[in-house]
Amino acid sequence: MLSFLQTYIIDILVIVLYCILIFIPLLLGVVFALYADRKIWAAVQKRRGPNVVGPYGLFQVPADGLKFIFKEIIIPDGSDKVVFLIAPILTLALSIAAWAVVPVQAGVVLSNINVGILYIFAISSLGVYGILMAGWASNSKYPFFGALRSAAQMVSYEVSIGFVLVTVLMCVGSLNLSEIVMAQKNLWFFIPLFPMFIIFFISALAETNRPPFDLPEAESELVAGYQTEYSGMPFVLFMFGEYINILLMCALTTILFLGGWLPPFDIFPLNEIPGFIWFVIKITFVFYIFAMVKAFVPRYRYDQLMRLGWKVFLPISLLAVVLTSSILFFFNLAPGM
Amino acid sequence: MTASLLSFYIFSAVILLSSLMVISSRNPVHSVLFLILAFFNAAGLFVILHAEFLAMILIIVYVGAVAVLFLFVVMMLDFRTGLEKSNILQYMPIGLFVGMVFISELIIVLINTKLDLKNIQILTNPLSNFGNLTNTEAIGSILYTDYILYFQVSGIILLVAMIGSIVLTLRDREGVKRQSILKQLERSSQIELKEVKSREGVDI
Repeated sequence: MLSFLQTYIIDILVIVLYCILIFIPLLLGVVFALYADRKIWAAVQKRRGPNVVGPYGLFQVPADGLKFIFKEIIIPDGSDKVVFLIAPILTLALSIAAWAVVPVQAGVVLSNINVGILYIFAISSLGVYGILMAGWASNSKYPFFGALRSAAQMVSYEVSIGFVLVTVLMCVGSLNLSEIVMAQKNLWFFIPLFPMFIIFFISALAETNRPPFDLPEAESELVAGYQTEYSGMPFVLFMFGEYINILLMCALTTILFLGGWLPPFDIFPLNEIPGFIWFVIKITFVFYIFAMVKAFVPRYRYDQLMRLGWKVFLPISLLAVVLTSSILFFFNLAPGM
Repeated sequence: MTASLLSFYIFSAVILLSSLMVISSRNPVHSVLFLILAFFNAAGLFVILHAEFLAMILIIVYVGAVAVLFLFVVMMLDFRTGLEKSNILQYMPIGLFVGMVFISELIIVLINTKLDLKNIQILTNPLSNFGNLTNTEAIGSILYTDYILYFQVSGIILLVAMIGSIVLTLRDREGVKRQSILKQLERSSQIELKEVKSREGVDI
């Protein structure tokens, strides 16, 4: 009986506790990311941005959140109600689920699985369902167009992200995220794999539907894309899911190319700072670039988007896979050789 | 009863129920969504077998790519003119026939397989021959050595299928103005004066 209790109650409670430990910093991160996003965007355009609610407008995002919570949830009459409500829940749940394998410090990770990077890739490829379901269930033109665009876009850019991951994995020899970080102990991967770093960054923008690739919600053409019919809480779930995905892509860029929790130089004052602080600093830096790109790049046209994904990134990343493997082979640099 | 057994029952129950819903739900989009749920839970079964690489590949390939295209196509169909009940009964005989063929083939395979202890061990723990290797490495070490020919041949077959489908569907329509980015970038002068006729446009 005690062992039964052990396996089913206590273990599950411990896992739930860990999940909360991941979720709360993530929620805080999203709040600050939203705020930073708006502030940076405003600063580029010489505006002030949110500055009324709280000191420096810091409470703007919680105030917005509160407003959305008390708003009525409007479900369109002709919609498929179940799918309509499942879609935002799925989006948020998937974006949080991917964080289970992200290592924030040496040994500090909820689930240190062997195929960590594949897990993140799989979960982020599922993210398209939330958008597709939302667009279809709304039973309305603009959401549907937005969903179709989004599906095509995310599937296309996943291909190039996949090849970039292959080049990194060939240099590491493992799918485990912690080992990917440890392999960069001497040299962060963004130096030898700089073109891949750029391709990954741009593909990450496209994968998270950020400007200049925010065609699924292009307001000048599609009102708000797949989110058009959503209001109140379901809309917040979408927005949070989107920002958690953005933070995940920042974290993934950090882990794959910027050395994760490692300090830039392994010398005295730097290597005394705890790893997760480096990790957060690097994520913030990548997010800053994300926000800057949003501020000064105009939106792509749809055919240009498809051209960039299939005709530019796919050949380059495919070539890079061959080139990297050849170099690793000829110079005997491949791990495990 | 261990935790893996409990999760096995949960996963397989969800797979069975959702596959039942795939064939019984009226709305084709719901069918595809249930199919995706079934795929997802099948990946869960792989994880229980410690075949996490296969599980992730199943999700990435089938759920992340193939099923998205499925959903894509089904969503664009007009599903309101769905199948009526009588139509479903009409397809019953052929469905039963295919099902019977499938079941009898499975039974033939099961009869011919000697289910001794060694086979069961290989089935339940296929990685025992590989010692400490993770199953990603184990699959790679078999796939790229013993089965490299089959692996490459299947890759080429898929490539041919892909090129074939592109050739079949690609058509050059008249009167479509395409943007040639190379041509745009090659222009030496950025500013040019051109007389544009109405409804004809100019080459960029």
